[in-house]
This record gives sequence, structure tokens and C-alpha cells, in this order.
Amino acid sequence: MPGMTGRFSTIVKAKVSKLLDRAEDPAETLDYSYTKQLEALQQVKKGIADIVTSKKRLQMQQTQRQQNVVKLDTQARQALAAGNEELARTALERKNVIQTELQGLDQQITDLEAQQQRLIDSEQKLRSKVEAFRTKKEVIKAQYSAAEAQVRISEAATGVGEEMADVGLAMQRAVDKTEQMKARADAVQELEAAGTFDDLTTLGSGQDDIDKQLAQLSSQSEVDDELAKMKAELGKGSDPAQIGAGAGEGAAADPAAADTPAAAPQEGAQP
Amino acid sequence: MIVRISGEGQYEIDDAHTAQLNEIDNAVVTAVEAGDEQTFSSEWAKLLDYVRTNGTETAEDELATSDLILPPADITFAEAGEEFTGEGLIPD
Repeated sequence: MPGMTGRFSTIVKAKVSKLLDRAEDPAETLDYSYTKQLEALQQVKKGIADIVTSKKRLQMQQTQRQQNVVKLDTQARQALAAGNEELARTALERKNVIQTELQGLDQQITDLEAQQQRLIDSEQKLRSKVEAFRTKKEVIKAQYSAAEAQVRISEAATGVGEEMADVGLAMQRAVDKTEQMKARADAVQELEAAGTFDDLTTLGSGQDDIDKQLAQLSSQSEVDDELAKMKAELGKGSDPAQIGAGAGEGAAADPAAADTPAAAPQEGAQP
Repeated sequence: MIVRISGEGQYEIDDAHTAQLNEIDNAVVTAVEAGDEQTFSSEWAKLLDYVRTNGTETAEDELATSDLILPPADITFAEAGEEFTGEGLIPD
């Protein structure tokens, strides 16, 4: 079969025979294969452990970001309560950026979990094949003449070899993906350290300029909405006209409403 | 014959299905050559589904080699192109 599948089959098969041809003495093939199989199982286990480590790292970043979001939200409220709308806006803009990054992190963690599960499944499959090979080689040795046993064992070894090659490919893909994520996470950390945190939105994977501009637009309107909502929550009385109208009742019911008018002139006096 | 979907496992599928498999495979190749990512994705999913639906998963302790090995389900369009022009999924 030519085409995509044919080419891929040929490459994998070449890989398998290369994997098995390394035993110099045919009599060694059996033990050599089994040793190789056990090694492959160990490698898969290590691969799974690596993914778990990367996942934990991302989860730590996730917790950190979540704390930042809460902190910035509180700060925005405090700033607004003190009448400093500009500061509140800045805090909300940062919060918005971190939330976007948080969504990216969530996605990466989900991806890693899927990779982890896939490798666990692969490991299970390979383990079954290795176990089957171990049983089979004993049976073959007992039932067949040396020459025929050799042929049958090498057939069985090729079968396990194919599974090994396939697990190897799955591992390679998992490692590549994890590396890409790590590189991105490192880049984010560097930006943070360099204080260019505001540019975080540019780090989305594969985002072009238009995406970026759209993201900025939507984040701008999100910030406006959130600011308006926060204002409404903080004190219906922050609108001076309303305070004038609802005099005594409004001020007594909501302490925040009492703070705001006091802060407002201060802000006006500064420039 | 035995068909392996890389990363998934082996399926025993009747030889009568070979022609159909070939046909979908050709559609995959045509899509890759035409740079048509959407068609590639749908045809690739179709090919794997065909194997899963018409084949039977082999036993866990089966040690047979596959007659055909298909790249994994999550192969990207770029990787598919590499299969023809560059190193492919498994550089060698």
C-alpha cells in the first residue's frame, strides 16, 4: 500500500528490525529481546514521571496566578473605594491579562493530563505484550527444536518490537509537547521577571496581529464592564447626583457611599 | 490482515476492506498535496474510523506484527506533509 500509510509502515518496520538486529549471536536474541523490552518499560515509566513533574510545575503556576487574580481584584476594589479609578483600571487590566494566561495554563494542564493517560495506556499494553513474550518463549523452547524455536521466537520478538517502537514514538511526541509548553512557561516567567508583564497577551500560541488586536479590544471592554460592575457593587452612592437625591438614607445604609465623596475632592485637588 | 493505529493498538481487519482503505488513503494524500488541511483532517479521521469500525481489536497477548501501520490520530497537517517531503514522524 503506497501513500501515507504505506510510507509510515515501512519506516516503523525498518525501525523495528534495527531494534532487533543488534544481537550478534542468534542464540542471544531471546534474552536480548527480553532485556530490551524491560528497558523500554522502564523508559515509559520515566516518561510518565516526567510528564507528572511538568504538570505539577504548571499547577503551581496556576495556583500563583489564581492568587494574583484575587489580589488584583481586591486591590481594584480598594482603589475604587478610595476614589482612584485609574489605579482600579490598571489593576483590572492586569487581572484580565493574568486571567487570559490562566486559561492557557488550564488548557496546557488538560493536554498534559491527556498525554499522561495515553502513556499509561501504552505502558499497560506494552506490559501485557512483554508478559506474553516471556510466557511464549518458555513454551517455544520446550516444544520446538532449536532451529524452529529460533524462528518462532524471533517472530514473537518482532511483534513486541513493533509495540516498543510505537510506544517510543508516543513518548517522543509527549516529550516534544511537554518541551514546547515548558519553553512557553519559561518565556512567561522571564517576561514577568523583566517587568513587561503587560505584554503577556502576545504569548498566546499562534496568535497573529489581528488576534492580538481583537484580544486587546475585548479585554478593554471587559475591563470597562468589570469596572462599571465594581462601581455599582461598591456603592450605589458613588454617583454624586444620586447622593444628593437620596441624602440621609443612602449614606447611613452604605458606609462605602460615605467614603467616596470624601475621596473624590482629594483626587481632584492633586493635579 | 492486521492494521495498527499508532498510539492506539492493533486491529484485525478482513482483506476485503483493502480497496476501501486504499481509496481513503489516496484521498488523504491528495489533500496533503493540495495543501487542503480541512479535507485532510476529515479524510484522516475517516480512515481511522474505518479501521476501528470494520476491524476487531487484537488480544492483549497477541504478538503478531502488523501488515499496515497508520500514523497516530493526532498527527498534524504539517507532520503529514513531512511524511512525504521530510523526515516524517520518525526521523531516521
